Amino acid sequence: MLNALFVMAAIGLVLGAVLGWAKAHYRVEGDPLVDKIDAILPQTQCGQCGFPGCRPYAEAIAKGEADINRCPPGGEAGIKQLAELLGVDPKPLGEGLVSKPKSVAIIDENTCIGCTLCIQACPVDAIVGASKQLHVIVADRCTGCELCVAPCPVDCISMRIVPERLDSWKWRYPVFPIRPVAATLPAKGAS
Amino acid sequence: MNGTARVLHAFPGGIHPDEHKTESCERPIVGAPLYERYVVPLRQHFGNPARPVVKVGDTVLRGQRIGAADGHISAAVHAPTSGQVTAIGPRPVAHPSGLPDLCMEISADGRDASIAITPIDWRDLAPGELAAKLAEMGLVGLGGAIFPSHVKLEPAAGGIHTLILNGAECEPWITCDDRLMRERANEMLRGAAIMRHALGARHLLLGIEDNKPQAVAAVAEAASALGLPMEVVMVPTRYPSGGGKQLIQLLTGLEVPSGKLSTDIGIQVFNVATAYSLYRAVELGEPLLTRIVTVTGQVRAPGNFEIRLGTPIEQLIRLAGGALPDSRGWLVGGPMMGFELSDTVAPVSKGVNCLIATSDRLFPPRPAALPCIRCGQCALACPVGLQPFEMYVHARAKNFDKARRYQLFDCIECGCCSHVCPSHIPLVDYYRYAKSEIHAQERSKRASDEARQRHDFQAFRLEREKQEKAARLHKAAAGRPPATADDPEAARKQAILDAAIERAKAAKQGVNPRNVEHLTPAQQQQVAEIEARRQHAATEQDT
Repeated sequence: MLNALFVMAAIGLVLGAVLGWAKAHYRVEGDPLVDKIDAILPQTQCGQCGFPGCRPYAEAIAKGEADINRCPPGGEAGIKQLAELLGVDPKPLGEGLVSKPKSVAIIDENTCIGCTLCIQACPVDAIVGASKQLHVIVADRCTGCELCVAPCPVDCISMRIVPERLDSWKWRYPVFPIRPVAATLPAKGAS
Repeated sequence: MNGTARVLHAFPGGIHPDEHKTESCERPIVGAPLYERYVVPLRQHFGNPARPVVKVGDTVLRGQRIGAADGHISAAVHAPTSGQVTAIGPRPVAHPSGLPDLCMEISADGRDASIAITPIDWRDLAPGELAAKLAEMGLVGLGGAIFPSHVKLEPAAGGIHTLILNGAECEPWITCDDRLMRERANEMLRGAAIMRHALGARHLLLGIEDNKPQAVAAVAEAASALGLPMEVVMVPTRYPSGGGKQLIQLLTGLEVPSGKLSTDIGIQVFNVATAYSLYRAVELGEPLLTRIVTVTGQVRAPGNFEIRLGTPIEQLIRLAGGALPDSRGWLVGGPMMGFELSDTVAPVSKGVNCLIATSDRLFPPRPAALPCIRCGQCALACPVGLQPFEMYVHARAKNFDKARRYQLFDCIECGCCSHVCPSHIPLVDYYRYAKSEIHAQERSKRASDEARQRHDFQAFRLEREKQEKAARLHKAAAGRPPATADDPEAARKQAILDAAIERAKAAKQGVNPRNVEHLTPAQQQQVAEIEARRQHAATEQDT
């Protein structure tokens, strides 16, 4: 009896020591969950979720302070992925948020005065230009966050929807055209 | 030299649909006249589209390069005839999307003058050098995959022991390779010999389905005439024996592992038409300008036509006598893997091997799909050994990860599963949808990773700039000698500063125009009148 207790206590102590060592040795810096959530978010840094960027939103989700359906650019697919990661049910996009087609900003060259305000607003350094020089948006780098539109004092930035091209074209989800089987419906009570 | 020596190994599944080869295979290949206008797409191959190297208004010659290969996996495009470049812009092309793509329009001058062409002396070239020269020739796989050929002819890391020529032509209706082998076996085999030299392959095999006995005879005869050591192997007619991996399995019993290439097991496969074009490119020095296209189905005179790349498809249709009245539309490629053509003004490109006029009689509309009953017919028919019904369920539910776990990307989209499905489910459509969605997701993932990187770098840059500025200010403050009360120089500077501040304050309180002092009475009178008018105007505006 005493022997058994002794053995059990010894096993407990050894395992506890191993666990304690492992905790110190395999310590993970930062929060891996935040990184995982951040990897799913589209990185437009647009702030439509109410947080100043994708990373802060990811941190808020990880803490449970924000819902998973606040990201319009991520769309339905993004919500689905977040739901899968966090083990919750997917839900429709939050109220007041609309998912827009992918767009890029474009500067009207005739109106731009070269004030650099849009350059300062761009979260991904996608605008090239200098003071009193024409600014240009690098379309491939633009995430379509619209943050440069409001600061422009001469309203020369507009959003343009990215058209479908051959290399970005996708096969459609198979749907079948609905064909009428009978020309007219039989009148009620005709039998 | 005969078809019985080699032991064949069956691939799983496969089907045997109605062949419909006799409609078009009995007539010899017909050449096409010179047309007035050609439209050459810059994307006629797998990989990056070609980069235009001529401008609108330039005069070009037949065989002149008008689009350069952009990057390694890309191919050049050439002018089909001499004439003038009249436009470079989006035009309808033969593509399942029906979207336009960048094309070059060439108006023919009727002379059909060619650039000076020089054959390549391939026997003295190292394998790698030949591949580099071929990159300029615009050669791509003409069986339908349109993969740039020079990439496939580069020496592989593990070496190539077997070169397989694909003359199976398993898809119904198509007969262009059959006619090519019957009429031009000699040239085709000479191209194959060059390929073998470039790859350093020991064995050369040619697989032909047993529904083409004349092609087998023609190739065997040409091979013995050339003294080319090779095996012409008849394979049973069973779709999709012409799939590269399926033909390898039939002929060698080796299966290309999932996610690997045939070169990883030391085998390279080329279509017979590619071998023929390679012969023309190397022995004659002529880039890829023409291809043979089968036109069949509901047309008056079905057959095979040798046509310049860039010819509008409507001209090709005219060559085949036009469509019969009950035809419904056009299929590009075969009925199993082809797609519907949205516009017949689209040009013939390197990947267009067959054109079929459809009708309700030949291709009855597919009945409405019924629910999947999990009968497993599709799994029995799948030549890759996949479970199509599982992939279908997940692709339909947009569970792409799960579809992927059932090896969606090993699917060759041959259409056997859709063909045998008793519920008439268009299974391949779902796989194509799922594949392109996954590709789109990967694209946007790459874009978002890049955006994150840029955003992080911007944050780092702003922080660095802030610190640098602080350090600079700190340094400047430290370098300045402390001001003392008894320093006359400092007192003088302070006085100047104070005076400037005083002036600025005065300026703020009221504007004192200097030019109204010392005026004559007449001038003062004038100023007063102007002021009065101004006041009057202001009050009028207010009311």
